[in-house]
Amino acid sequence: MNSKKSDFVKFVQVDKSYDGKELVVKGLDLDIAEGEFLTLLGPSGSGKTTTLMMLAGFETPTNGEIYFDGRPINNIPPHKRGIGMVFQNYALFPHLSVFENLAFPLKVRKIDKSEVDERINRTLKMVSLTGFENRMPAQLSGGQQQRVAVARALVFDPKLVLMDEPLGALDKNLRESMQYELKHIHESLGVTVVYVTHDQGEALTMSNRIAVFNDGKVQQLSGPNELYETPVNSFVASFIGENNTFTGTVKEIKSGSAKIETDTGETIIANPIAVKASGDKSKISLRPERVSIDPNEQLENRFTSEIREIIYHGDHTRVRVNLLGNDEFILKVPNASSDLKLNVGDKLDLGWSSHDCRALDY
Amino acid sequence: MPSEIRTSDGELLSVKLKKVERRRRTTAFLLAAPLLFFIVFAYLIPIFQMLGRSIDNVQMHEFLSDTHDVMQTWDGSEMPGEDVTSIFFYELKGLVEEKNHGKIATRLNYEKGGFTSLIKKTARKLDDFDENANFLDQFIDVHKKWGDIEYWLALKRGTDAYHYRKYLTTFDFEQKYDGSIERIPEKKRINVTLWLRTIFVAAGVTFCCFLLAYPISHLLSVLPTRYSNLLMICVLLPFWTSLLVRTSSWMVLLQKQGVLNDTLVSLGIVADEGRLELMYNMTGTFIAMTQILLPFMVLPLYSVMKTIPPSLMRAATSMGATPFHAFRKIYFPLTYAGISAGSILVFVLSIGYYITPALVGGAKGTLISNRIAYHMQQSLDWSLATAMATVLLIAVLIVYWLYNKIVGIDNMRLG
Repeated sequence: MNSKKSDFVKFVQVDKSYDGKELVVKGLDLDIAEGEFLTLLGPSGSGKTTTLMMLAGFETPTNGEIYFDGRPINNIPPHKRGIGMVFQNYALFPHLSVFENLAFPLKVRKIDKSEVDERINRTLKMVSLTGFENRMPAQLSGGQQQRVAVARALVFDPKLVLMDEPLGALDKNLRESMQYELKHIHESLGVTVVYVTHDQGEALTMSNRIAVFNDGKVQQLSGPNELYETPVNSFVASFIGENNTFTGTVKEIKSGSAKIETDTGETIIANPIAVKASGDKSKISLRPERVSIDPNEQLENRFTSEIREIIYHGDHTRVRVNLLGNDEFILKVPNASSDLKLNVGDKLDLGWSSHDCRALDY
Repeated sequence: MPSEIRTSDGELLSVKLKKVERRRRTTAFLLAAPLLFFIVFAYLIPIFQMLGRSIDNVQMHEFLSDTHDVMQTWDGSEMPGEDVTSIFFYELKGLVEEKNHGKIATRLNYEKGGFTSLIKKTARKLDDFDENANFLDQFIDVHKKWGDIEYWLALKRGTDAYHYRKYLTTFDFEQKYDGSIERIPEKKRINVTLWLRTIFVAAGVTFCCFLLAYPISHLLSVLPTRYSNLLMICVLLPFWTSLLVRTSSWMVLLQKQGVLNDTLVSLGIVADEGRLELMYNMTGTFIAMTQILLPFMVLPLYSVMKTIPPSLMRAATSMGATPFHAFRKIYFPLTYAGISAGSILVFVLSIGYYITPALVGGAKGTLISNRIAYHMQQSLDWSLATAMATVLLIAVLIVYWLYNKIVGIDNMRLG
């Protein structure tokens, strides 16, 4: 990996506005390393697709510069960028067969016939669609169309492939198996992939790094487990995975721990991530699986809650409790410990360590 | 065995299914029945009756049926014998008494000019005939045209119950009395010119409509809804204006002292004495028809273009195709269905167009439909008019058949 560039794609202070009133992308700085699988994750309207479209060349940055492999590409039209792209609804050419769809980028490059055949065979084999050459797109299932779209974006050996929510139209099972397949293709080819999705599960499974977008800005750029375990702000904490939140004010702050008084008057010992001084308002984030029920070990935070709702989920049960005035506090109880008798209205002792409970921005 | 499948109450499944479905089918049929009734009685039957007139000569045949029968033995190489002339005399006399001789005079006049006066003059003198003398000589005494064998040949042919000679006339051919088919003299040929002109104008208007409609339809399909609605209204505006009003406004614009010429002269582009002839010729027909038929091209094109996702063009360019190449290989082929649907509509409509060429076409810009109207209203040769109309109908059906063969009628989208 040493010879590979860490700034294969580089966004420098990129702004984008469509209407001259609002910025869809605000001052984006982003480096994408060669060979990496980077996901742009965010709610709709967060600017992730716009970022991808600027990289593909279908949108022009209002300000700033994008570099691809060391060259500024703002003034290079999309057809000269040599970037492969997989579109949301596949964008297969309906009047061309699978073979002709795949041959399109090769014919444009005037590659000779035998080489075209060979490359198409190889690519179709990679997506396990050998024998489908003469089918028309309409004769393929959603998953097969998806594979053709991926094959078509890869067949001309681009160094960078962009994917715009490519799995959004597939059903859940197919989506999961395609996630693994895409990941394996990426690993075996070593191609750089920039992937846009609003599905956090997808992002966590597939990516080397994830850039969480909100409000036109990258909120956090890090690996999947870091993103889940150590979110740097309350948006990321609530957007990725399940999250219980308290709001409060910092009363006392030391290195590694802070005493925070919640709005209901209780004091929680938390890990100060984005709070600096006493008097700061904070949102405290706590993952459901970090909460212990009837804790016997020594935990800084121990409170009693009351069960409001029990929802059976197969492998686990979700218990909604009222804790410190928060009526939406969720617990995940693995169903292996079914000896635990839970009833609505019961009192439940809960505890968690101050390290797992992160005091973020308000 | 599948035929043995029965429902829970023991009835055969196929029988039961039919019973249950019958009610639904009857309701569906009853809903469609008024329209079906209307189409059959107010549309199909009159059309076929009208078309039948192109070959139908039954009335003439009945008026002069005995003459017709006896003439079958006459070979036409020399003047008819007394057997023919005597029977013709008695039948004509009967017709004069019933005051029906005017009708046969008109019909026979289509066969050969001069028959009207011939029959009328003969009818007046019939009472003076001596039934014991030679009838042919007496006919010739009344009018010397009876001495011309062609009038007798025309009489023989004009009393056939059915004939196809109007179709020959439609294409400027005629059947000689000896049965041979020849083209009519060159200076009389008009119909073939009109047919060719009609096809040329229809094809030309279709092409002009295509050239103008393609960019507009594309714009309509990519603009945001509120702009595209406005543009759509502009395209459809002609639909909401009477055809006559639109054509008249073209007359105002195009005539020699009209708006367009005045503007060109005042701008100094055209000299006052060199004003452009934009009307009463093919130019006028072309301009007005293209404008009037444009929506019929725009709507099918638009409806097809709207279904083409913009991501296809993006996909093509992302793969390295220049925008032009992507358009030629991806976008354009996907609009074939719209192009063909629009073209067939405009072509079929313009092949039978009447008002516009009649008003702005002048002598050089009239089409076959104007000729049909002429025969319906002026010459009153309905047989010829309907023969022409039948040819026109068959031409249109052939176009549809070709369309179905090449594109498939199921692919037609009209909006």
